[in-house]
Amino acid sequence: MTVKITIDGQSINAQAGDAIVDVAAENGVYIPTLCYVKGKPCLGTCRTCSVKVNGRVMSACTIPVTEGMEIDVNGAEITDMRKALVELLFAEGNHNCPSCEKSGRCELQATGYEVDMMVSRFPYRFTPRVVDHASATVWLERDRCIFCQRCVEFIRDKETNQKIFSIKGRGTHARIEINPTLANKMSAEQVREASDLCPVGCIIDKTQGFNDPIGKRKFEIKSIRARVLDTAAKNMTANQANSLNREHP
Amino acid sequence: MSRKLIIDPVSKIEGHGKVVVQMDDNNQVTDAKLHVVEFRGFEKFIQGHPYWEAPMLLQRICGICFVSHHLCGAKALDDMVGVGYSTATPMLPTPEKVRRLGHYMQQLQSHVTAYFYCIVPDMLFGMDAAPEQRNVVGLVEADPELVKRVVALRKWGQEGIKSVLGKRMHGINSVPGGVNQNLSQAARDRLVNGAEGLISLEQVLEYAQDGLKIFKDFHAKNRAEVDAFAEVPALNMCLVNEQGNVDYYHGNMRIIDKDKNIVEELDYHDYLDYFSEATEEWSYMKFPFLKARGREAGSVRVGPLARVNVTKAYEDNCPLANAALQEFHDYTKGKANDMTLHTNWARAIEILHSAEQIKVLLNDADLQKDELIITPASNAWTGEGVGVVEAPRGTLLHHYRADKEGNITFANLVVATTQNNTVMNRTVRAVADSYLGGKAQAEITEGLMNAIEVGIRAYDPCLSCATHAMGQMPLVVTVLGADGKMIDEKIR
Ligand code: SF4
Ligand code: SF4
Ligand code: FES
Repeated sequence: MTVKITIDGQSINAQAGDAIVDVAAENGVYIPTLCYVKGKPCLGTCRTCSVKVNGRVMSACTIPVTEGMEIDVNGAEITDMRKALVELLFAEGNHNCPSCEKSGRCELQATGYEVDMMVSRFPYRFTPRVVDHASATVWLERDRCIFCQRCVEFIRDKETNQKIFSIKGRGTHARIEINPTLANKMSAEQVREASDLCPVGCIIDKTQGFNDPIGKRKFEIKSIRARVLDTAAKNMTANQANSLNREHP
Repeated sequence: MSRKLIIDPVSKIEGHGKVVVQMDDNNQVTDAKLHVVEFRGFEKFIQGHPYWEAPMLLQRICGICFVSHHLCGAKALDDMVGVGYSTATPMLPTPEKVRRLGHYMQQLQSHVTAYFYCIVPDMLFGMDAAPEQRNVVGLVEADPELVKRVVALRKWGQEGIKSVLGKRMHGINSVPGGVNQNLSQAARDRLVNGAEGLISLEQVLEYAQDGLKIFKDFHAKNRAEVDAFAEVPALNMCLVNEQGNVDYYHGNMRIIDKDKNIVEELDYHDYLDYFSEATEEWSYMKFPFLKARGREAGSVRVGPLARVNVTKAYEDNCPLANAALQEFHDYTKGKANDMTLHTNWARAIEILHSAEQIKVLLNDADLQKDELIITPASNAWTGEGVGVVEAPRGTLLHHYRADKEGNITFANLVVATTQNNTVMNRTVRAVADSYLGGKAQAEITEGLMNAIEVGIRAYDPCLSCATHAMGQMPLVVTVLGADGKMIDEKIR
């Protein structure tokens, strides 16, 4: 079913049930995300995708569009709110991009650029976090974890579907943990998958470091915004073809 | 009544320094100290991080010779994973040559910057010239053509660094056991042929000779002053290849005396067995010396002057540098040269040498090959590594240890400026002596302040490896009496 909504005052026809973040992207409006992985269940942990829906702040990745929604993405207040959220992530962990293996491929860093963050307005907390080496193939560089839970939900033991990663502790004591027995069963491909899935440089493949030369890293070649919008544009074309098929079987 | 002179801070050197000259009742200089506030926190905050981050993080110590720090760290990592010179698994030719190319590019870039921006103005305008003139701005007015060439040369060096390391500054190309990219044919051709806004390799070789010409002219006109300026004794040390000539990337540490006899030659892994470091409460910077010779006799000089003293000849494919080196050696009749200002002569020779080495490497097809890295089996892991390279300012050492999981537990850096600490202090003392020694009225003249700066600057020291001031910084000179009270002070 098609619904009518507005994004930043622009009228848009959208498929009911689609997430705001996808609808926006398909219409050329970029909303930053950090925990959301298209095609996978929403996690809703990071709130980087916050927008205003009929005046209320909501996360664009978890809320489906409904008839008459008025969505404010690029208003000054909500834009600054998203920026503040990204700054908080930097202030909470210990991020030292220059020597980080993920630099240039890191979604947090790329998002920092997109929201025009120069420095955190919040005091850095310098949380002491210990690097975890328990697994033979994965380094957990905990300083950089943003608790998105992507790894927790989407990286599982192939045989038993058990979780390999988990979050222990609460609040400021929260920390990402790895089950070394299950982790050591991971194939090289799965380790790569986990390290690519982690939006930051927390899950590191022990067998590879700094293998991508500077200037040839993911977001150096193409910005995160351009990637999101281009993928959405492609989906859009495919969807339109589908909906045509549906209407004229 | 003894007096103290304090000059603080020293300008046009990397970082911040302060000079105190101590005089006795007979108007003799009894001591001169260069106080250094050196930031060494890096060695601490790399601890606990994955080993491969060390060269990436620690190169941030310096905005000038970061390639040296990066490569030095990379060599230490090679040791750790079990690849390279000190292991049974040699490094592949392509990565080694790529690293060397990056290193020469940086040497060219760094020397050209230090030489033309900071040192040439002193030579062209004289030490007594006003500070407003004695800098690169003055140079632009006096010789715009030269400045154009210098800017073009620096730019080419930076482009070279960018082509090899990905960025003009703090790039990353060395990974344990190799590099992550070769030099593409396109990048190579661009550097050789030049491009819009970029000079060609031939022009580089031509411009690289400017420095030497300027030094020679200056020297011809001011021979007595240049030669007499702070002639200070020291042993000379640098890395040498099997022929006993400088190798900026790898080799044994060779130390020679005034007669160029080899005093010591060591595998740099044994550095700590041979060297000790003295500390002083007035400086954060240590004073390394050869244990066997003791603190005074065992202090070494490193950097351009030391390297041209040690080196007998450059590679055959470096005719320009070789001719210049020969002339340099003839000047002191085969003895080691201790004249501080001849460091600038040496630096000009090394500008030529790096340019010629770059030419050789840019014409080496190995740089475009694809075998970039060796990943040894995990049982080759040693967990400890030492890297040494000849940075533009001299011998640089990185030493790391990691636990069996691979996180850094220990890092120690001995930088060139530290090696030169004693000889720099000797230089300051010699300058103070020549200006103040025996004079009843120890007046702090502009000339003295400038001369102390010029003496220190010959080492192009990297004092805090953090701040960099081009042109003038405020300079404070204070004379204190034996009672600690100020007798005279000058501020500019
Ligand atoms: S995880 Fe991302 S933001 Fe954090 S240090 Fe690494 S590159 Fe920077
Ligand atoms: S380790 Fe990475 S993927 Fe897992 S929760 Fe932390 S940031 Fe997210
Ligand atoms: S992307 Fe929407 S909550 Fe994280």
